[in-house]
Amino acid sequence: MKTGVNGVALGVFVFFFLAVTVLGFWAARWRKAETEHTLDEWGLGGRSFGTWVTWFLLGGDLYTAYTFVAVPAAIYAAGAAGFFAVPYTILVYPLIFLFLPRLWSVSHRHGYVTTSDFVRGRYGSKGLSLVVALTGILATMPYIALQLVGIQAVLDVMGVGGGAHANGFVKDLPLLIAFAVLAAYTYSSGLRAPALIAFVKDALIYIVIAVAIIYIPIKLGGFDDIFAKASAKFTAAGAGGLVPAPAGQWTYATLALGSALALFMYPHSITATLSSRSRDVIRRNTTILPLYSLMLGLLALLGFMAIAAGVKVTNGQLAIPQLFEDMFPDWFAGVAFAAIGIGALVPAAIMSIAAANLFTRNIYKDFIKPDATPAQETKVSKIVSLVVKAGALVFVLTMDRTVAINYQLLGGIWILQTFPALVGGLFTRWFHRWALIAGWAVGMAYGTVAAYGVASPTQAHFGGSSKEIPGIGEIGYIGLTAFVLNVVVAVAATFVLRAVGAPDGTDETRPADYTADAGDPDVEVELPPATAQSAP
Amino acid sequence: MSDTPEVREPEPVVTPVRVVIALCLVAPFVALLWVDSYARTDPTFIGMPFFYWYQMLWVLLSTGLTVLAYRLWQYDRRTRTVRDGGGAR
Repeated sequence: MKTGVNGVALGVFVFFFLAVTVLGFWAARWRKAETEHTLDEWGLGGRSFGTWVTWFLLGGDLYTAYTFVAVPAAIYAAGAAGFFAVPYTILVYPLIFLFLPRLWSVSHRHGYVTTSDFVRGRYGSKGLSLVVALTGILATMPYIALQLVGIQAVLDVMGVGGGAHANGFVKDLPLLIAFAVLAAYTYSSGLRAPALIAFVKDALIYIVIAVAIIYIPIKLGGFDDIFAKASAKFTAAGAGGLVPAPAGQWTYATLALGSALALFMYPHSITATLSSRSRDVIRRNTTILPLYSLMLGLLALLGFMAIAAGVKVTNGQLAIPQLFEDMFPDWFAGVAFAAIGIGALVPAAIMSIAAANLFTRNIYKDFIKPDATPAQETKVSKIVSLVVKAGALVFVLTMDRTVAINYQLLGGIWILQTFPALVGGLFTRWFHRWALIAGWAVGMAYGTVAAYGVASPTQAHFGGSSKEIPGIGEIGYIGLTAFVLNVVVAVAATFVLRAVGAPDGTDETRPADYTADAGDPDVEVELPPATAQSAP
Repeated sequence: MSDTPEVREPEPVVTPVRVVIALCLVAPFVALLWVDSYARTDPTFIGMPFFYWYQMLWVLLSTGLTVLAYRLWQYDRRTRTVRDGGGAR
């Protein structure tokens, strides 16, 4: 393991970082509209993105720096169990195909910017909308913090910032600069900035993966050797393995399914989706987004390569950056680090915009200042996007990074609890609003308590995301168990509330809203398989 | 699958085309959540255990199935739009 500053790698990294900064500020002029002071413009890029921009934006958004660091790190530590990220991302696309076009249509018709906007309109309930908004903000915050952890890992390996051989304010300076720059161009350009930068990010990532997956195995003597060495390591350690043990299969499947269901509940995924130009853009995207899954699968294998290459790190997060530094020539290591660093900036920008939109639309406008003008909304959103990022920064700098990881684990469990209100609402108005709140509360409470009770060799609480499923006896993802409880409670409570005639909120949407497409209302009406109404 | 009846009665909600669309979308769930069906190392492919290359193969299969579902859905929409007399494309 080299120590000290890697000058060449740092130079390349800084070069890409500067290029991206220029791009970020310039983005404000890209596809500029006449009325720029609306939330649609700043927060959704004018709802104008076509298939390719949406593809890059979603890819840049969902496959974050943390993904690049954490997925191979999980494989490095535990083997097969960490590979669940691949089936997880495969299962996401059929799900998107089913429900996102409906969300797009209804949001387009009614000018919804966030999922909470839709929930409020559908159920006529500010309470339910507030619950969804708060969950979204709470779950997004640690996710932003983890992007910083990703940048820190890269800076660490390059010998600047974060590490043990630096101290005080100086060690955090590079991270502070990176975030100040990010905050500035997000503030001025809105969603257009990450959309443009995502092109650079993905180009770099694809180049790095393509090179890594060919170059490193050749240097290490082929996949046979890599897997043989990894297998030997897991056998010696008495933990992990090349295939999940029978006892780990439930965990594997429930983690994949639960994570897939949760992914598009995250506000930043929805923001990227709603910025697309038409319903077809989304469905077309489900057919090209899997390219990212393939990339993720290859990336995950780097975890095995790190074992075979003899990378020894105490902090698993550093395994992949360290592998790059050990295997690549300095200049290419710089490119790889830039890919990870920029990979953190894009999602951090989108996430802060998404969280800011939620606050503005569903807390500020609904509860604080109902008569806010679009210009005021935009102003508040811009400021909140700064506050959210500053909060994440303070979080990472003042607390141990395991806190951020624990909290993100909880965030995943929490965000899944908004699924019944959102996806349920897209297909049926049967659920009662209060029942959905009750289901949400039960899911949140169970998920939090259960996660708190999981111990690991290094932590007394929040040691993992899996626990015995009550009644089944297998170990499964806590989020999915909480989700099932949530649905059961929501269904039962709906029956009760309907029986006693509890007042139902007003639904401002009509069935045709869910199938509306770009162009004219009522011109293109398609019937999705799940509903029975006939076209008007 | 390709027979479009000429009768002008309300088309049923469940049609063969839609069943195929549903199957295309459900197949990845069945295949990937049934972990026991692929939790093994043999046969290997270029030195990679079965567990890994099989799941990556499913990225391609699932993409193919989604493309098929998308095309069928477009076809379904087109035939319905024509039947509804709108003629809109």
